[in-house]
Amino acid sequence: MTPVLAIAASELRIALRNRWVAISVAMMAIFALVLTAAGSGPSGTLGVDRLSVTVASLTSLAVYLVPLIALLMSFDAVAGEVERGTLALALTYPGARATILAGKFAAHLAILALAVAVGYGLAALTALAGDARAAAGLAALWRLYWSSLLLGATFLGVGYAVSAWARRPGAAAGMVIGVWLLAVVLYDLGLLAAVVADNGGAFTRHVFPWLLMGNPADAFRLFNLAASGATAAAAGVAGAAGFVPAWQALGLMLVWPLGAFALAILAFRKITP
Amino acid sequence: MQSLTLSRVTKSFGATAALRDVAFAVAPGERVALLGHNGAGKSTLMKIVLGLIAADAGEITVLGAAPGSAAARAGTAYLPENVAFHPALTGQEQIRHYLRLRGQDPAHALPLLARVGLAEAARRRIGTYSKGMRQRVGLAQALIGRPRLLVLDEPTSGLDPVSRREFWTILDGLAQDGAAILLSSHALTEVEARTDRIVILSQGAMVANDTLAALRRRAALPTQLQITARPGAADAVAEALAGRRFNGVRVDLVCTPEDKLARLGQIAALGAMVEDVDLIPPSLDDIYRHFSSEAAQ
Ligand SMILES: Nc1ncnc2c1ncn2[C@@H]1O[C@H](COP(=O)(O)OP(=O)(O)O)[C@@H](O)[C@H]1O
Ligand SMILES: [Mg+2]
Repeated sequence: MTPVLAIAASELRIALRNRWVAISVAMMAIFALVLTAAGSGPSGTLGVDRLSVTVASLTSLAVYLVPLIALLMSFDAVAGEVERGTLALALTYPGARATILAGKFAAHLAILALAVAVGYGLAALTALAGDARAAAGLAALWRLYWSSLLLGATFLGVGYAVSAWARRPGAAAGMVIGVWLLAVVLYDLGLLAAVVADNGGAFTRHVFPWLLMGNPADAFRLFNLAASGATAAAAGVAGAAGFVPAWQALGLMLVWPLGAFALAILAFRKITP
Repeated sequence: MQSLTLSRVTKSFGATAALRDVAFAVAPGERVALLGHNGAGKSTLMKIVLGLIAADAGEITVLGAAPGSAAARAGTAYLPENVAFHPALTGQEQIRHYLRLRGQDPAHALPLLARVGLAEAARRRIGTYSKGMRQRVGLAQALIGRPRLLVLDEPTSGLDPVSRREFWTILDGLAQDGAAILLSSHALTEVEARTDRIVILSQGAMVANDTLAALRRRAALPTQLQITARPGAADAVAEALAGRRFNGVRVDLVCTPEDKLARLGQIAALGAMVEDVDLIPPSLDDIYRHFSSEAAQ
């Protein structure tokens, strides 16, 4: 365990000095505050407390922002070491290659956990201050928190895989932006177009839910919406939440990070310094 | 048992043959210098020994184990060519990191850095270090945990003369403790005095593997004799020895190793005409050039 901790400690230090910690926390805090400020105007959707409403909007925010932060932190992980020429030496030390990735992963996930905690915490405090019943939404907020970390963990793994595959930081940066666009924007747009064209046919009922599960960002969205029963508040693609039981979405949320990390290890093993 | 053995090691990168049938061994306590022009295959050979890249053919054992295996890595230290570190970490943080990776007490970082002359700069970021200072951080990490095999790729490049001398002193100590050392170098003159054996690579092929004295004998390169004549006697000395007058008092002779003693006898016979004589054996540079060009033909 010590090697993983040693690598994680160094990575944390590097992230602090490169201001990645500050940037991630600031990004989450600013977006969460803007979101709650925007959503707090005509409050009092019938019967729903303010925190639950906040959680619904935070879910849509997290789908975009958490993968973005995770990818930005991870794209340099392997390619940067190759470029700086630090990888060859690292690979002659005792320990498997997976140890190196695990150390980086632990550090990056800790930073993400902090950033998301600050962002959601600020949003929750705002909601609690404005609505006495808001405590009812705390369970949903907690669920959103840990599922956001699972989402982030998935995209950290994807980022390492891309980083190892691209080998150069410039190429890796371009590729993770591409991955982000594809996974959190274009994928949903494509599905939405297909659903509209299908007009409630067999595709919408049988194929579409599975396609949604095939994308970690959608699995995350489905899980939080299905679990909170707030399907009504969701628009577009997320309307399918009703088709998928929460436990299936949860299972996927757990499988995705493992799959992504395994992919990263496979890609990293192919690297010869 | 040998610390490192290579037999018939072969490696190509596409059409480039980086190593061809290389075979040698390094014993505990032995310092072996790997010499060769740029692109001769020195770094490739070291990376194969470390298990960073795989050989196409041949057998390698590192401390009795396969290259890159846990046992081999546990006992081997590496100093890469142009060693680099993350610029945001300080020297001390970087060495603490490596100590923890080897399961050692991170408190040893400062003494290690002091040993390579970096005590003052230990708390500064590596981004502010000169190349020589980075090289010394690289050496410090190679000293962690008493390695039994050290693989050092051009370890003295970027070091000033004083640091070089300190470096060789540290290396002598390691060899005395029984560590096997394989190092590559361009600085032939210092390798000459400080290593036990020399392996010369030329375009991937091993063209020599012996002690310096034996290589000298095999190359049979001419020895140079520099005779200082008494003022005014230079021409007479040059004539008597059939040598070449170099300036007012100096006469130069070149002779084969077998002729050396006979020639010295002739010089001694000139008695008072000769003030002094210097014997200049072929340098490592000459020997190196001899074996490299012999192989190229
Ligand atoms: N990764 C690589 N891909 C292709 N060719 C390589 C690679 N590494 C080394 N070579 C080639 O192998 C030969 C030996 O290189 P190297 O071992 O670095 O030589 P040296 O360290 O003696 O200068 C050179 O011709 C070099 O261009
Ligand atoms: Mg080299």
